[in-house]
Amino acid sequence: MLMKLATDFMGWIDKRLPVTDAWNKHLAQYPAPKNFNFWYFFGSLAMLVLVNQIVTGIWLTMNYEPSGDGAFASVEYIMRDVDFGWLLRYMHSTGASAFFVVVYMHMMRGLMYGSYQKPRELLWIFGMLIFLVLMAEAFMGYLLPWGNMSYWGAQVIISLFGAVPIIGDDLTLWIRGDYVISGATLNRFFALHVIAMPLVLVVLVFLHILALHEVGSNNPEGVDIKKPKGSVKPEELSKFTFHKQYSEKYDIVDAVPFHPYYSVKDIMGVAGFLFLFCWVMFFAPEGGGYFMEAPNFTPANGLKTPEHIAPVWYFGPFYTILRVVPDKLLGAVAMFGAIVMLFALPWFDRGVVKSVRYRSKLHLVNLIQFAICFVVLGALGTMPATPTANLIGVIASFGYFGFFIALWFYSKNENTKPVPERIAD
Amino acid sequence: MKKLIIAATFGILFSVTTLLSFTAVASGPSIHLDKANNDLSDKESLKKGFTTYLNYCLGCHQLQYQRYNRTFNDLGIDKDDGVANFMPTGDKIGGHILNTMPENEAAKWFGSAPPDLTLEARLRSPDWIYTYLRSFYIDESRPFGVNNTVFKDVGMPHVLQSLQGVSTLVVHKELDEHGEEHEVSSLSPAMGGSLTAEEYDVVVRDLTNFLEYVGEPNKLERKAIGYWVLAFLFFFFIISYFLKKEYWKDVH
Repeated sequence: MLMKLATDFMGWIDKRLPVTDAWNKHLAQYPAPKNFNFWYFFGSLAMLVLVNQIVTGIWLTMNYEPSGDGAFASVEYIMRDVDFGWLLRYMHSTGASAFFVVVYMHMMRGLMYGSYQKPRELLWIFGMLIFLVLMAEAFMGYLLPWGNMSYWGAQVIISLFGAVPIIGDDLTLWIRGDYVISGATLNRFFALHVIAMPLVLVVLVFLHILALHEVGSNNPEGVDIKKPKGSVKPEELSKFTFHKQYSEKYDIVDAVPFHPYYSVKDIMGVAGFLFLFCWVMFFAPEGGGYFMEAPNFTPANGLKTPEHIAPVWYFGPFYTILRVVPDKLLGAVAMFGAIVMLFALPWFDRGVVKSVRYRSKLHLVNLIQFAICFVVLGALGTMPATPTANLIGVIASFGYFGFFIALWFYSKNENTKPVPERIAD
Repeated sequence: MKKLIIAATFGILFSVTTLLSFTAVASGPSIHLDKANNDLSDKESLKKGFTTYLNYCLGCHQLQYQRYNRTFNDLGIDKDDGVANFMPTGDKIGGHILNTMPENEAAKWFGSAPPDLTLEARLRSPDWIYTYLRSFYIDESRPFGVNNTVFKDVGMPHVLQSLQGVSTLVVHKELDEHGEEHEVSSLSPAMGGSLTAEEYDVVVRDLTNFLEYVGEPNKLERKAIGYWVLAFLFFFFIISYFLKKEYWKDVH
């Protein structure tokens, strides 16, 4: 009786909106390669953190006051007087750092297995746009507690735009809405942080997933699971049912439906991630002074510069690249250049073999040196600039840019290993 | 199970490298700080610290984000007792712990207005407060006749002088292992206070303890909840692992 009611109801809906079809196409009958490993947890984890940020963010805005006079006190009000306000705030602040951890791992996965290569260039571009918007979102969010590091960090970053020739000063004035960072800046950053950026972010994530499902998921072997129609013997086809959008066009091998196979696996990933996340959140929410910097426990003060202005850790790599260039304009160009290089990665790599498993030793070394340089640049970004740190920063910056340049040269005629036809068991 | 071990190894490796890079990067303060060894669960200590705060600090330093009734509840102070003995300024019980010092005047008196101390323990660290309050020495060149080895040329007088007494700065020369001479300064034992050095340390520790509590009144609750959450997630992870294994049986 109840089952029949439910079926009738879904039938009624499906005649008007293809809910069941969408569910099958993107979850229950979406062909996912069967060999996803550890690195494939970070996509669903990024989604989890995004939801966490949005939900805790909604509750935080209920008690936050976006004004120069009230912001700092309202954060303390949330921490002390709002029921579990401290928990919401720590979920949000720890979530910000976790977002970047997860996204950096997700990007590393793409680098390792060549997930940016043809035909996934647009998918990669959407991902990079998400990364860019995420950085803007995090930067604006960091101003909102109106602590002294919020203030001076924003001061430093916004002043970068002053390096733009001719319009620089007018541009910084336009961004701040004032001659210095003030309540006007705080208000517009609040608007952008809670409405504009999240909207863009959600749309981009939607497009990212749509683009993914159009071209299909890559995998650690870099082997395509969609073979030309009719090229595979019937007994070798995947035994699962996939949505006709995929199975009518291709012969699908070595795949499982995303749901329930990867939904249960991702739940396991979520549990493991939440364990680490909650460990930090409940026992070290300040992240050793890296997630919440000490000077931020005193209100913004335009007359009192913190001893050492450091960006939050996740901006570290790009901040170091900016800092090691002696000229302000060229430094800013190098910093934005570092991000542009990532955008252009699908065209720097002229190879056809995707996974690092079947590429040359040279590529493996290049990839490892890139990862090391990125971590070193990040660490340096949080430290005061000393001559030694500067020298290491220059070397690591060369390593960062060198990755792309070298890749362009060797990938054309790379000494790769033979790629198997199928994913081995 | 093999995959679980690999995943766990990755998780541990990742946490360890993250922690290591943080500690490697962390540039420690150049001033040596003594350990406060606070115990936030010691309510007697917190109460004594609160009393010291009201008697010696509140005149100049507000706790503008902390409320009286919250403090009474957390420290186990009876409401009537609190109103009678812990509210010197006679505010409302739900009010914040404020003083009546005019900020502009205060800035003239001390060079800069005495800061609010609600978040001081989070801004500077409890060890800093503990060491700072035990590091005043006589310096006739300063307006209040004292200076501080932790906070050079601080505008604050030695408010606890009647308890500690006063130290002098002793500068002497020492040879290091390379045979080079270095100037080393230390504080002489304080003289003329009503407490012994050990008793004074206890007073300062209680005060530091109280300031750490005020910095984040939910700290104990946060950790207490944290253990339960981690325990739950641990079991949830185990269950989700076996659930995954059960489903994946028909793939492998």
